[in-house]
Amino acid sequence: MRKIIGLILLIIIAVGLGLALVRIPFGTSKSRLGEYYIREGRKETGATNIVTSVVVNYRGFDTLGEVTILFTAALGVGAVLSIGRKRKNNIKHQPASLILRTGCRFLFPLILLVGAYIFIHGHLTPGGGFQGGAVVASAFLLIYLGCREIRISEKGTKAVESLAGLVFVAVGLVGLAVSGYFLFNFLPKGISGRLFSAGVIPVIYIAIGFKVGSELAGIIDALVEETE
Amino acid sequence: MSFLHNYIYYFGAFGLIFIGLYIILVKRNLIKIIIGLSILETGVNLFLVSIGYISSGTAPIFSRPEVEAARMVDPVPQALVLTAIVIGVAVLALALSLTIRVYRHFGTLNLRKIKEQRW
Repeated sequence: MRKIIGLILLIIIAVGLGLALVRIPFGTSKSRLGEYYIREGRKETGATNIVTSVVVNYRGFDTLGEVTILFTAALGVGAVLSIGRKRKNNIKHQPASLILRTGCRFLFPLILLVGAYIFIHGHLTPGGGFQGGAVVASAFLLIYLGCREIRISEKGTKAVESLAGLVFVAVGLVGLAVSGYFLFNFLPKGISGRLFSAGVIPVIYIAIGFKVGSELAGIIDALVEETE
Repeated sequence: MSFLHNYIYYFGAFGLIFIGLYIILVKRNLIKIIIGLSILETGVNLFLVSIGYISSGTAPIFSRPEVEAARMVDPVPQALVLTAIVIGVAVLALALSLTIRVYRHFGTLNLRKIKEQRW
């Protein structure tokens, strides 16, 4: 019964959406807004990666809101899982084999380096703070899977994430003080394509990279602690 | 056939969206519902990216001098999906941690059994 009702509902939604979407051509459309960003974005922001200039510069306030959602979700995971749990500090883990441990310790700094490269070069090449942060968090996941006796400190992740969020807001407020617009790009744009270019975009994206990396690492930490 | 070829990304995206919706409507296990939510979200992301696609287009990045602006895809949906993916991961983790609490409290993940129990 439930399946039949579900299927009928889905068919109704599918027909409605199909009728609406048949008019939208595939593979040709570009909105006027997107065209404007591609035409003027490089000149106005100095970033060669137009997606980055949209995320951090044109829609920076939007991104601040999204980072806040991420922060709230990470906080929620910590809060929900920590209710009524006693912290057990000295659990004896069966140590992993030598090959696994050495491999993890060898790969950990390299993965961190790749993550940092991705978010530092976010305004030049494909990538950015969100992607680089996810790569950094995957390095911590590797440590948790491979060398289980090592722990990252919860206070450390919280401090890094709060500092990175503060940097984002502070840059926005300085822009407000300098020119009257929140998140105004007040630093010199430089030569487009160089590492030190595009004004505040690399600063904000590095802050986002640290924030996303520490938040996802904190989520991994909370979930791993839960399994013990 | 050319109809299918032209709209293949829309079919893929809406296939994922409807699979996810079906799971959410029909299944009773909380973990399966979260899996459905995740599939639904993937479908929505794919749909947003494919709206901005241009036939034989490139990424909107001036990484090399010979890249033409006219062949670049729309950057706005890409910017939206970029943040949506990371937020999706965090929301998934939040949903799973809530599920852990529900299991601790009720001892079951079946929604019908949870509804029968008294708090």
